[in-house]
Amino acid sequence: MNKLLITLLLALPVGAWSAGGSDWPMEDFKGDLQNLPSLQNGFKLYTNYCMGCHGLQFQRYQRTADDLGIPHDLALKNLIFTGQKIGDLMTTAMPKEESKAWFGAAPPDLTMVTRVREPHWVYNYLKTFYADESRPLGVNNKVFANVGMPNVLLDLQGVQRQVCTDGVCDELVVEAGTGALNAEEFDAAIYDLTNFLYYVSEPARLERQRTGVFVLLFLIILGSFTYLLNREYWKDIEH
Amino acid sequence: MDKTEAQGSKSGLAGAMEWLDKRFPATETFEYHMSKYYAPKNFNFWYYFGFLAMFVLVNQLLTGVWLTMNYVPSGDGAFASVEYIMRDVEYGWLMRYLHSTGASFFFVVVYLHMYRALRYGSYRGPRELLWIIGMVIFIALMAEGFFGYLLPWGNMSYWGAQVIVSLFGAIPYIGPDLMEWIRGDFLMSETTLNRFFALHVVALPLVLCVLIFVHLVALHHVGSNNPDGIEIKKNKDENGIPKDGIPFHPYYTVHDIHAMVVFLFIFCAVVFFAPEMGGYFLEKPNFEMADPLKTPEHIAPVWYYTPFYAMLRAATFPLFGLSAKFWGFVVMIGAIVIPMALPWLDRSPVKSMRYKGRISRFMLMVFVISFFILGYLGTQAPSKAGTIAAQICTALYFAYFILMPWYTRIEETQPEPERVTV
Repeated sequence: MNKLLITLLLALPVGAWSAGGSDWPMEDFKGDLQNLPSLQNGFKLYTNYCMGCHGLQFQRYQRTADDLGIPHDLALKNLIFTGQKIGDLMTTAMPKEESKAWFGAAPPDLTMVTRVREPHWVYNYLKTFYADESRPLGVNNKVFANVGMPNVLLDLQGVQRQVCTDGVCDELVVEAGTGALNAEEFDAAIYDLTNFLYYVSEPARLERQRTGVFVLLFLIILGSFTYLLNREYWKDIEH
Repeated sequence: MDKTEAQGSKSGLAGAMEWLDKRFPATETFEYHMSKYYAPKNFNFWYYFGFLAMFVLVNQLLTGVWLTMNYVPSGDGAFASVEYIMRDVEYGWLMRYLHSTGASFFFVVVYLHMYRALRYGSYRGPRELLWIIGMVIFIALMAEGFFGYLLPWGNMSYWGAQVIVSLFGAIPYIGPDLMEWIRGDFLMSETTLNRFFALHVVALPLVLCVLIFVHLVALHHVGSNNPDGIEIKKNKDENGIPKDGIPFHPYYTVHDIHAMVVFLFIFCAVVFFAPEMGGYFLEKPNFEMADPLKTPEHIAPVWYYTPFYAMLRAATFPLFGLSAKFWGFVVMIGAIVIPMALPWLDRSPVKSMRYKGRISRFMLMVFVISFFILGYLGTQAPSKAGTIAAQICTALYFAYFILMPWYTRIEETQPEPERVTV
């Protein structure tokens, strides 16, 4: 019975709520919170391309700058465009009501987008915008079909079009020379941006894992003492 | 100071204890519940979980107090205050994860604790009342978890609570009014959040603490059962101490302390390295604020309710002019309450599974497996095959109880030993 229970417990599927809805072959994404240059670049990209519409309303500039190793004066000068203070929450200036009229829905806050979805969802989403004249904004997305968001990274990536063979449109090709970055550079930029959002979704993640290692090591040491204590008491008891 | 003087007036700790004992039964209570409480010496793995449940309770109470210091129970503030705790409060993330992981582990240890009772017949006389108090604790714990789950005000909090509250709407005549009365509003709102907050942080913790105290008083009055299911009090030595008993303190305190450390290791591994537990302990839609206009793709309660949720959904047809939803509600409540009847359903001459017959063992195994399958089905979106599986498992779940008077009587049992086997 014991073995059976354990087997059943192990058989429980992990990851029941993966983000569904699209059959686009997703590329993997592995966040790296130790990579400060990547996070700093992601922060810069976010404030330049995203923050006009999408706030990070639960996160503060100060915490972000400190965690990412950016001096406050540098952050204030280069990353905070709204005249906000360093201790302020990273809210967007986009008015909620009007934006609803403009886009059909107010652009969502993205503080925890990588926890609501998955980091790799965000990574693939940002890479799969393509020209689609049938849509009101002229673009569509492979991961989030008929999304109401314009392709704000168009000038970096260039014009991407889908290629269809036998009615199956599972290839995206960028028109050469239309973007400021080449494919490799663009992928790296999106990696940094997603990595930054991965950080913002849970800024304490690194500290959590670091603390966890010490806690578990401490428990192993404590456990060997409690084991010996227990053995000492029970050695004369027939059991 | 000479010898006689020292004996005349005790000094230091002994003196203080004497002073205290004259005014409060400190030593007496300690002896009754700890150092002279004789527990069977053949406790095994399954006997850790009562203590561990208490340990998790303390974790929930302490982390809950600290979370309450920064939590804001309002429609606008609740979700943001949780993120404030996660980001701006020193070690707030730790308090929050200890609490959210603790909730899941509470149910893990309580389910294992209850399984132990099924395995060794701990619900049998003279422990009927002990078992019933325990079942009431379980129901109170389910309520506590349910109220607490709304507080982060995430989208799954909101819609999960909405689904459960709407069940009361299926009750004929009074249903709709009852729903309004529970919510305090025409839909889930800040009013609901506020009352759930009050119930979660004040009312139910008090109820739980009182019930657990009563559970322990009852336990120490009748004495612990053991894996052999025999009464150690029947075999006492000349001093009236059970021959197979052993003082709880220090023998089982050192046992339990070690178990606590092992438990903490597993618990902390989750807290520090997988607090979301793949979406089972913290569900993805709950990282989005409650939105009355946006239903999550698939509403599922947290894993510890899913066996009962699957049984709720297993009722798919109306009966006697009452809706399927109402019958689902009845089935779910029935499934939660029916274990209370166990002391009177079990007619076996022996208590422990060690000496019961093949049918009992088989039925317990079927019961556990169907509980797991139901738990899995409850996490999944409804499907045709899933519903049929849930219906079969629901029938098996109830069969374990309803057929018990029959199968425990007809099966061949083995004789119980005179003394505990070690």
